[in-house]
This record gives sequence, C-alpha cells and structure tokens, in this order.
Amino acid sequence: MKILVTVKRVPDTAAEKRLDPDDKTLDRESVETIMNPVDEYAVEEALRLKEAAGGEVVVLCMGPTSALPAVRKALSMGPDAAVHVHDDGLHGSDAFNTSRVLAAAIKTVEPDLVLLGSESTDARTSLVPSALAEFLGWPALTNAKKLEIDGTTVRVHRETETGYDVVEADGPAVVSVVKGINEPRYPSFKGIMAAKSRPVTDLTLSDLDIDPSEVGAAGATTEVVEFAPRPPKQAGQKVEDPGDGSAATQLAEFLASNKFI
Amino acid sequence: MATVLVLVEHEGGAPKKVTYQMLGKARELGDVAAVFVGEDGLEAATGELGRHGAATVYAATGEGWSEASTLPVVEALAAAAERAEPAAILVASTPSGKDVAARLGARKGWGVLADVVDLDGDLVATQSVFGGATTVRSRVRTGTPVLTVKPNAFGVPEPGDRSPEVVDLGLSREPGRADVRVIERVTSEQGGRPDVAEAEIIVSGGRGLQDPANFALVEALADTLGAAVGASRAAVDAGWYPHQHQVGQTGKTVSPQLYVAVGISGAIQHRAGMQTSKTIVAVNKDGDAPIFSISDFGVVGDLFKVVPRLTEEVAKRKG
Repeated sequence: MKILVTVKRVPDTAAEKRLDPDDKTLDRESVETIMNPVDEYAVEEALRLKEAAGGEVVVLCMGPTSALPAVRKALSMGPDAAVHVHDDGLHGSDAFNTSRVLAAAIKTVEPDLVLLGSESTDARTSLVPSALAEFLGWPALTNAKKLEIDGTTVRVHRETETGYDVVEADGPAVVSVVKGINEPRYPSFKGIMAAKSRPVTDLTLSDLDIDPSEVGAAGATTEVVEFAPRPPKQAGQKVEDPGDGSAATQLAEFLASNKFI
Repeated sequence: MATVLVLVEHEGGAPKKVTYQMLGKARELGDVAAVFVGEDGLEAATGELGRHGAATVYAATGEGWSEASTLPVVEALAAAAERAEPAAILVASTPSGKDVAARLGARKGWGVLADVVDLDGDLVATQSVFGGATTVRSRVRTGTPVLTVKPNAFGVPEPGDRSPEVVDLGLSREPGRADVRVIERVTSEQGGRPDVAEAEIIVSGGRGLQDPANFALVEALADTLGAAVGASRAAVDAGWYPHQHQVGQTGKTVSPQLYVAVGISGAIQHRAGMQTSKTIVAVNKDGDAPIFSISDFGVVGDLFKVVPRLTEEVAKRKG
C-alpha cells in the first residue's frame, strides 16, 4: 500500500503568532517554526500501517524552501520519500487553493491512502481534508481517533462532539487524524541521518499545470480586509487562601455577584 | 431582501442551540431559509425553526439523507442554494459542519470563512485567530460566501410564532465513490454534561490535580454549575481525561461566559484556547502561574481544599 502524508510548517506552539502588515499573511519568518504537531500523528499512523502490511510512505509538503526542515523532520521518523511543492506563486494561498494544489500533487504520486493532521495549529480551520477529498473525488474520513484498513475498506472512529461515529468508505480515501490516535515516535539518530539521503522531489506550479494567477493571493477565494491585535485581558482580583480552603467563599461571592450562581 | 441560508445542525430533528443562534443572525441580514437534512425529524424541527425566524425550510429527508454523512448534506445545500440564490450560507463551526462547508466550497468554487464570530451587513466576517490574540475581518471574493459560525458567537433572539413554508427539495441519490457509510453512532458517557465546544460554563482541570481520579473534584464542581468539563494538554497527554475535552492550541478553542481553571498553570498554548472567555477564574497553588495574569478572580491555594468548598458553597447558594 502506498500512503501519502501531508505535513505543514507552522509557527512554534509557544511563539506569538502575528500577521504581516503588508500582505496580511501569517508571518512565518520572524518566529521559530516547526512541523505542525498534529501531523506527527499522521506520519506515525502511516508508518504503523506500512509496518503492519508493507508498502511505502511518501511525505507531501506545500510551502516555501524554508519549510524544508519540516519535511526533513517528517522523514526522520521513517517515511521513504518526500514531495515538496514550492513556487513563489503559492504565497497567500487560502484553504481552497492549498487543497487544489495538494490534490494535483497527490495525483502525481497515486497513493492508496492520504493521511493528514485534522488541523494546523496556525490557521486551525480544518477545511483542507474535506476540500482536498472533494478535488480528488474521494471520500473523506475526518477526525479519526482510530483507523483500520480491511482490504479496500477504510474504517475510522470519527471523533464527534458527543462521542464518536464508526464510519467507513472504499479506498483510496482521505483520512484526517486527531492527536491521540497513537503515540508518535521520536526520530532516532539513525533516522535523522537517514532522512538526509531520502529523495525529495521538487514540484512547481508549472509541473502541476496550474496557472499561478489562479492560486496564491491572486487567486484566493477569501481575503483579509483588516486585522488588529486584541488587547490582552487584564488581571483582576487575586486572593491568597489561608490554607483551609476558605477563600472558596470569596470566589463563590464573586461568581454570585456576576450572576453565575 | 436577500436570502440567507442556514444549515440546520440537529440531532434526530432537535435543532441545536447554534442553529437558533445562526437563524437569529440571519434575520438581521435578510430573509431566512433553513436547510434541513435528516432521515427523520423534519416535522419536529419545522415548528422550532419557524419560531426562531425561518420563513422557508428546504428539506431533504428520508432514507439516505443522514445528517451524519457529509455528501448528502452538501448536495442538499447546493440544491437549496440553486433555488434560493442566497447572499450567504451559514453552517455551524462543528467538525461535521466544517466538512460540509469545505466540500461545498471546493465543489462550487465558493469562498469559505471558518470560525466566524461576527458578521456585518456587508458580509464582512470577524474571526478571532491565534488563540484570540488577533482579530481579523475577512470577506469572500468568489461565489456565494460560505461561513462557518462558532457556537455561542451570537445570542438566541426571543422566539416568535411564524410557521414556515416547507419545500421538499425533491432530491434522490445513489451512493457514489466518495460516499462514507455511517456504521454506528456512539455517544460517550458525559454524565449529562454539555459539550465543551458549546458550553456556557467550563470547568477545566490540569496537572495540579496530580491523579486522574481527582478529576472527580472538577466534575463535581462542573455539575453544580451546570458546566462542561475541560482538560489541559498536560492532563490529556498523561491520559487522565479524553482528548475531546482538551482546551488549547492542540485542542479546542472555547469562549464560554465563565471559564474555571483548576490546577492549570496557563501556558501560552492553553491560554490560546480559552483567553477569549468572558470571565476567567483560577485556582492554583503557584501565585506566579501565568493563568492569574488573565484571571478576573484568582485563588492562590490548595485546590484540594478550595475546590470541594467551592462546590459546597455553589450548591448551597443554588439551594
């Protein structure tokens, strides 16, 4: 089975994220960046499927050259190869066009299964998995906290707000996974060294037959009109409990005066 | 006046609160048409949808039209949009709602804005990004705007007594290549508590609880307040509480009326998931914990002493 996993480069979880005032896109250059944390679970799940049934794992990343460390990080966990789509025309792409470009790149790999993290920690829209599946004409099994492959059937426990749904579809399919589906491995020293020699195929928009005017900021279906930092919340009252829990009375008083009780 | 379509989020015909919130907002913007997709429950839903402002209910109902499957909902919504030619389509910002919005947008070439918390008359949407650190105003450039709306972003206006016109979309469908089969729907035991994403009050527990069994303290307080239970990343990573309940950068972003942080230090990744809560209170033994810098009321003390007494006090005051 050939499994493709997408990875994205995002600002470090602890970094203060900000938009670039000039083009209103996320500033990824002034902060530490990492591979999107949820993507580690997708890579791990792909490797486990390969270890159980054989096959090949290919990493796909769309992003500028500076996203390459995220690709190497993914490869250091064990995948066989990577595809890196980068093109100046992609800057400012929205979820719609990102999905379209990813779908075109996926068609060059012809996988049996596409795995993604359920969301990226920067934009957090969760739109890409389903939009991508639509462009491919494939089923999307999203927010998987458990994944089973049975012949050509892909079965998933899909996390819902109140529990989970058991859903299945016929492959090839797109599956997005949530954190907690597995315990991602740490890259070994050997893995990190081996990742350096794994093949990375570069693709540009012309390789994918996509007109640059249709993607990136130029072809975006949505646009940011304006943005502003939100003033930080101010600290209010702080009381020290004498050690017997009696400060609870003051807290209850506060809750009551704010009509929560 | 332009029409605004609202996709009904419901369970077996009982619309969820977010549906009424969307209908309320839609009424400010134009004529309201609801789109109901579900194997059954249309009749039960129609009355409620009318009371909350729907003039028309477009319906795709019967076998094969499960609200739990993305594609039937996308097809019904696209068909309703063809008839109503709406100015905008509102869908709840839930996992299933986002799947529907994403597929509809990709299919039609329509722009999608996710996690909208406000919407003006020109259909410029407000989104709160980076865990609430930045407010963005965006608009759709292409096609019919598809907007996913955060639960609790809007209030529920006083219900009226309108009875809507029900329009059967008259659709039929054969499952195709991209269809997903729903085998089973499992509701986990939440002790009757509300969902974290929709709750008006959330009580969250963190590493300070020291042991998974101590989540019982958080649950007891949550139950007296009628609250949902949340958990920090540390608590979830340690396996103390299920991931569905995680609040933060790699969990849910919540914005309840009241957020109670118990034994949570308030690392940036946690604050990113809750700092837009209207009121925040915290109990933590470390007076320097960053959670206190955004708390309206903080108690520096032993949570094992403070929380049980708080639960008692709340119960007493509630009578």
